[in-house]
Amino acid sequence: MDDIYREIILEHYKNPSYKGELNPADMSFEDENPLCGDHLRIDLRVDEAGTVTDARFSGHGCAISQASADLVVESIIGKNVEELKKMTKEDVLDLLGIEELGPVRLKCALLSLKVLKGGLYGVPEGHSEFE
Amino acid sequence: MTQLNVLEDFPILKQTDKNGNRLCYLDSAATSQKPEPVLRAMDDYYHTINANIHRGIYHIAEEATAAHENVREKVRAFINAGAASEIVFTRNATESINLVAYSWGRQTLQKGDVVLLTEMEHHANLIPWQLLAAEKELRLEFIPVKEDGQLDLEAYAGLLDMRPKLVSISGMSNVLGTIPPTKQMAADAHQAGALFLLDGAQMVPHQKVDIRDIDADFFAFSSHKMLGPTGIGVLYGKQALLEAMPPFFGGGEMIKKVYLRSFIANDVPWKFEAGTPAIAEAIGLGAAIDYLNAIGMDHVSAHEENLTEYAIRSLLTAPGLKILGPLNGKRGSAVSFTVDYAHPHDVAQILDSENICVRAGHHCAMPLHDRFAIPATTRASFYIYNTRDDVDRLLTGLEKVHRLFG
Repeated sequence: MDDIYREIILEHYKNPSYKGELNPADMSFEDENPLCGDHLRIDLRVDEAGTVTDARFSGHGCAISQASADLVVESIIGKNVEELKKMTKEDVLDLLGIEELGPVRLKCALLSLKVLKGGLYGVPEGHSEFE
Repeated sequence: MTQLNVLEDFPILKQTDKNGNRLCYLDSAATSQKPEPVLRAMDDYYHTINANIHRGIYHIAEEATAAHENVREKVRAFINAGAASEIVFTRNATESINLVAYSWGRQTLQKGDVVLLTEMEHHANLIPWQLLAAEKELRLEFIPVKEDGQLDLEAYAGLLDMRPKLVSISGMSNVLGTIPPTKQMAADAHQAGALFLLDGAQMVPHQKVDIRDIDADFFAFSSHKMLGPTGIGVLYGKQALLEAMPPFFGGGEMIKKVYLRSFIANDVPWKFEAGTPAIAEAIGLGAAIDYLNAIGMDHVSAHEENLTEYAIRSLLTAPGLKILGPLNGKRGSAVSFTVDYAHPHDVAQILDSENICVRAGHHCAMPLHDRFAIPATTRASFYIYNTRDDVDRLLTGLEKVHRLFG
């Protein structure tokens, strides 16, 4: 556990550099972690060449999901949208500096990746609604 | 005797982590730990009389059948039902409520009928009715929860004017610890012409229940929250209601006579028990009831009330901590809280590093969390094996969370 709450994670959780919204944004994606009700939105500005020129995240969640979002958003600025589609779970864990995480907390760590990829690939939301 | 001392009976609680901290289990509202006699009863069954029930002529099959049916009688006596035939074994409280929805509800409810629930229901007493409402075009209405965690009973009186066909509520909120006045609410529901279903999942483990005194029409609970194993639960239903209801699952055991194109259903309760049941688990549940009876449910309640009062008093001294639900008076031992400096997941993770098990999230009650406009809470819940030492350790753990995040 003490590994999980490394300085880098606490720092990005308490003082995130990329928390906020972009108005207007070229792309906005959002999703939730149904286990804990955490909600995350990522806004992107993308130029004509498909390069991300600016990005922000908003929403609420635990230290792992918020720090992960801050680090992921920081890492995608300057990258091409096609590159983002290739981002993997390992890339995110590398950013966080975590080698192992239990299955529940892994979902927290990967929420930002889920939002980003779900948005880029246009994955439909996997739930049906009843009145 | 208000404080019980039963730790010795729970092998799992003797475990220590690498720092020598004993397992501090504060998640009994999710599932309880199991005492040695329950584990032994199931083990003995498999070692000595394992056989399918209601079929074999040979002696171990007869013994297994008798042991299984004997538990039905124990359950009847435990909740003071009128007859053992009113006790249907299911997988858990969730399945019990689904059984009522799909058997009684599908047969009885018509387009436009109102089903009245509360804002604090566990998803188990919400989604079955949403599914049925979508199928039958029912109307779902909800008794509001007040800021102090109590049900708004004035609003309840008004909602009964809509003449609901069913009022279905929890006997104790698994998040807030709220204990509604179930007997009065059942009487009011009946007065308005509604049936009354009581979700007893959080109630049966913790207090003496007299289901005939409450006069609920249906009553659902799970074995695994009351020291018994997972995989078995109970639906109590009044005899006449159960007899009039169509079967839910079809298969062996639930029939009297079968033809190629039709069947004649078995008598209650077996009409609702298709397939080989959870025999070992039933026997485990029987042992759990024996164990609770030996302590006495009055002692169980007194122990928990004392401990919960101490826990709330202690938690309120922690910085930035807010408790959801009633702070005093008669309330259950599930205590959910938020701290203003850390997310419940992080709180739970850091407590885990001290070998303290709490629940973090929405506890299968998302609409209730929406009601209080918070995404998640941390929940500590207590049972007979918890002590003041566990509460003190929780407080020490929270100090650690505060040091890291505060």
